[in-house]
Parts: sequence; C-alpha cells; structure tokens
Amino acid sequence: MPFEIAISTGSAVPIYRQIVDQICRGIAAGKLTAGEQAPSVRALAEDLVLNPNTVARAYADLIRDGVLEAQKGKGVFVAKRRPIYTKAERSRRLEASLDAYVNEGIKLGFTAEELHEALERKLAQFQTNRE
Amino acid sequence: MSDLAIQARRLTRYFGAKRVVYDLNLSVPRGSIFGFLGRNGSGKTTTLRMILGLLSPSWGESLVLGHDSRCLSPAIRARIGYLAEGHPVHGWMRVKDAQAYQSRFYPRWNDELFQSVLAFFRVDPNTRARNMSRGERAGLCLAMTLAPEPDLLILDDPAIGLDPVARRSLLESMVYATRKADRTIIFSSHLLADIERMADHIAVLDYSILRAQCSLETFRSCVQQFVLTFDGSPPRLPPMRGLIQSISRGSQLRLMLVNVSQDIRTTMQGLGAMRIDEVPISLEDAFVSYLGGTLESDRPTPSPELALSAGGLS
Repeated sequence: MPFEIAISTGSAVPIYRQIVDQICRGIAAGKLTAGEQAPSVRALAEDLVLNPNTVARAYADLIRDGVLEAQKGKGVFVAKRRPIYTKAERSRRLEASLDAYVNEGIKLGFTAEELHEALERKLAQFQTNRE
Repeated sequence: MSDLAIQARRLTRYFGAKRVVYDLNLSVPRGSIFGFLGRNGSGKTTTLRMILGLLSPSWGESLVLGHDSRCLSPAIRARIGYLAEGHPVHGWMRVKDAQAYQSRFYPRWNDELFQSVLAFFRVDPNTRARNMSRGERAGLCLAMTLAPEPDLLILDDPAIGLDPVARRSLLESMVYATRKADRTIIFSSHLLADIERMADHIAVLDYSILRAQCSLETFRSCVQQFVLTFDGSPPRLPPMRGLIQSISRGSQLRLMLVNVSQDIRTTMQGLGAMRIDEVPISLEDAFVSYLGGTLESDRPTPSPELALSAGGLS
C-alpha cells in the first residue's frame, strides 16, 4: 500500500487523532479507495511502534463515523459509501454543532445579528468554493 | 481474576526521616501499558520495589497479580518480569551463559522470543556482557525479562542511557510483548515521546505523592492552555482554582489550567480580555506545567481539586 501514516510525538494533536486525520485525508486525496483493506490494529501498531490500544481507539472512531467498516472475520475496510445517518441522528448532530457555535459565539461576546451574519458569510463562502 | 494487575493501598515508605513514598493508592488495570512518571527522586523506583516485594513498606500494602507483595511464591514471581534500573548484567557472562542461567528458573522460557529481542538490539551472542554497549546490555536485559513470558512486566526506566536506535528497539519489543493478550506493562520514563507512543494510562509522582492517575487521554484533556489578549497590559489575576501556570507577555496572558470548570471560565471572561483562545498543547508542555509550574502554592501537598484522582478521572 503506497499510503503511509506518519506519527509525530510532541505534537498538540494526540496520536489517535493523527491516525484518524491522516486516514480521512488519504481517502479525500484518493490514496485510499473504497473497499480497500486497512491494516489490522496489530499490524499498524507494530508498524508505527504504538500502543495497540491507541490504534484501536482511532479505528473505533473511524468505524463509528462510517469512514471504515469492520467485516467480521475479514478485517477492516475503507467504507464504500459516505456515511449515511438516520434522520434523527443527522438532526442530533446538527443540533450539537449549532449548540457549540452559539455557545462559543455568545461566550465571546457576539450579538445574535453578528452570529447570524457570520453563518451567512460562511455558507456563501462554501457555495463559492463549490462552484 | 481481578481486573487489576497491581493495586497499592496507602503504600508508604520512609528511609530514616526521609519520606520517599507517601500514602500511595495505585491501580494498574490488567492489559494496560502503564506509564509511571515523575521527576528524579520522586519515589518511582521505591514504589516498584515495594510492589515487587523487594522492599517492605513502612505501612500500607500492595497486591500484585492478586497476591500480597510481601509474600510472593516462586510461582507468582515467575509470572512477573522485572527490569531493574540501569540494565544490570553479570559482566563475565556471554549471552549464552545468561540464557542458560536465566532459563533454568522459568518453566515458560520462550527461546524464540529471547532470540528475537536480541536481534531487535543487534546483540552478538558471543559478546561478554561487560563489553557490551549500553544498548546491547539493555537488549540482553530485556530479552531475559521477556523470555519467561511474564504476565506482568515491570520496567524501571528501561530507556535510560539509550541512543535513539536502541530506544526504538526497546519500544518495538514492548509493542511485540503486547501480542500476548492481557499482558500488563508498567514502565517508568522521563521521555514523554515514549509515554505518548506506549502508555494508555499514567501515574504521576511528585515529591513522594501521587499527583495524577488516569488515562493518558484524560490527562491531556484536563490540562488546558488559554491565551488571553488584552488591550494594554493584562490585569492582576484573581485566585483561580486549578491554575498551574501563568505567564504574562506584552498584552497577552497565557494561562495553564487543570480541570477547567464553568466558574473558571466565568472568571476568565470577567478579566476584560479582547479575546480568549484555547491553544492546544503537547503532552510534554502539559506535563512540565503540571509538575514544574511557576506557582508554588500547591506544593508539596496538592489540593484534592488539582490532583487528577483515580476515583474522579479514570
């Protein structure tokens, strides 16, 4: 597999997070393709010289978010589709991130109008990037 | 069988009038890789020696693999691998002498494992121990500790004096050792990079007192850094619970805090800063601030709110 994970210690980013981020980036960049088998927890831990629990923690997050999928007895694979949540789960996740946004904004002393404008601006930005 | 490989209760040791370990409650989960941290002289070696039954506590007790440390049978001892500090070897022995000597004590001696650890460290089997480099000696010691296939590995500062290549071999051997399910490793170290790679749980000793015991992740998330930017010079700080370090530079105030509560957030917001940013920190910065903070008020006895306790945060 040409895809390599590089771990740096001493970073502000915990190691399990580095693994999660790099696998997500590998998929986004097309270096990892759907259906491809990921190394086992044990193999990756020995390869990267890490506590296997740390790798297992990263894989658990990736499986929870639908990035990887575990097939019983076969191993872990790059998931075929983008994660699809149930309607309730989608709403719950949106609600949680809205809470975080509003709490942080109010904590930082922004007014409701300012928060509104910031959100509009961000959405417009996304729209432009997509076009 | 208990879920704890090691359990110490109120373990305490004085050498004369000198308090070396005080009232230590330690729980090492079975199957964990447990990093034991603390500055030199904080009591790590003494603790490990008491757990191994090599030194009796002034008071308190400990259980290792469910058995009282003070009276471990040879059968239980054979299930514990101990790498003493400084990689001690018998100088006159060659590798094969050491192997012949050590293997006779252990019914589960795994010679393949012995050889592969030596290979990790590139030890020539014909060298006499006294002529070995520090790295080779570490390899021999580690091979002798691992080959009996212990259920519990106690490694006292195994990385001491090792060059980066030998250190990596040590870590590789430790990962290799976890192939056996449920094996517990406790190791002390000053190298935060090694702790970060290997440990899932940590304990922090400071001046003979346990200052933290939790998962590595919990420790990282409990020590937070905030940078407050002011219009002009920062104000004097009111007393803040959990503050371990504050550095004022120009119009910025850098605060290192433990267990940030809503009260603390409110206090911070009341300081009149133009902006407050949480800036993520490395494990090393978190650890150095936690133990070497510029505020002396919490030492030598930390307030219970400050200490990350096993009960509250594990």
